[in-house]
Amino acid sequence: MIVAKRKPMAEIADMVAPYKKVKVIGCRSCVAICLAGGEKEVKTLVSALRLKARKEGGKQEFEGLVVERQCEKEWVQEIEDKILDSDLVLSMACSLGCQTIGDMYPKKLAFPALNTGIFGVPEEQGVWSEKCMGCGNCIIHTTGGICPIARCAKSMLNGPCGGSSNGKCEVNLELDCAWYAIHERLKLQNRLELIEQVSPPKDWSTSHSGGRRVYVREDAKLTQHQKKGKEAVR
Amino acid sequence: MTERRPKVVGFCCEKHGFDSAVLAARSGRQYDVSVRIIKVPCTGRVDGIHILQALEDGADSVFVLGCLEKNCYYDTGSIEGRKRVDYVKSTLADLGIEKERVEMFNASSTMAWKFPEIVARMTEVARRLGPIGKGGGDK
Repeated sequence: MIVAKRKPMAEIADMVAPYKKVKVIGCRSCVAICLAGGEKEVKTLVSALRLKARKEGGKQEFEGLVVERQCEKEWVQEIEDKILDSDLVLSMACSLGCQTIGDMYPKKLAFPALNTGIFGVPEEQGVWSEKCMGCGNCIIHTTGGICPIARCAKSMLNGPCGGSSNGKCEVNLELDCAWYAIHERLKLQNRLELIEQVSPPKDWSTSHSGGRRVYVREDAKLTQHQKKGKEAVR
Repeated sequence: MTERRPKVVGFCCEKHGFDSAVLAARSGRQYDVSVRIIKVPCTGRVDGIHILQALEDGADSVFVLGCLEKNCYYDTGSIEGRKRVDYVKSTLADLGIEKERVEMFNASSTMAWKFPEIVARMTEVARRLGPIGKGGGDK
């Protein structure tokens, strides 16, 4: 899932300071699971911002709202009237949610309250770690199910490097060496011969380096005729 | 014109925190009766939003009173409560609001003297700092 973290309170307070009617909009998907922008976090932020406004004698109005998935237009449309009736939308979703609102209502201001971070998994309560970088060309079937792109500090395709020591990484001794983990996993699976196979240079054209990526599934896409039909129903 | 009475809200766990208040009353100890006690099953149930909501609704100071940390009825409830209080304190500090308005305390049900001490301390904080902003959101 996408893991995000709330921006420092002071930064958020500065961001919203010039605006009178502020709608704080959360999301019930990834950011709710990583305790950054769900219902409870929205209520907490709204309450804190109201206290700050009251202390400074400001006349700001804050309202908290939560949508099911802020990155999907259908869910955002449900609170359209609230968005249009605001001076600022403070999005507590990941950057995708914030940009969705911005794209749908380009005249409205949509600011992020979260810093969107990683594709991560929950390791334990309150701890999320990065396990994928979305390179667009998955190879984990050859590396024992462990992604060297995300989990190796050098994103090496052939490892471990000389900096691996006692299963730890030279970049940061608190980090586990991904290639040591891959070796141990392949040994467990009796597929250790895979580690000796040299991986050729990776095709990075599927990664972000080629600019914005758009994924299309042709069979799910609507034809022009279908789109017209949908518009007519609306 | 009468002086505005400070508004103190206390979230007390029903096992030790609240019992210490009851024992203080039964043993004839004096404390400011204007303190508003909210009985909760455990301080681990208190969330940051409850504390902020109390401040928003006009409390000048808020305390959370749970069991002693090594003798919590629900094992780690009062530790959870302390973490939430610390979170709220850091949030308030970030926003330039006095963090001493919110405190966490621990007591056992036999500590009759502790509750009046806590109330006196939080009342003094409330009196010194006054309401948050003009009007203080009085309800």
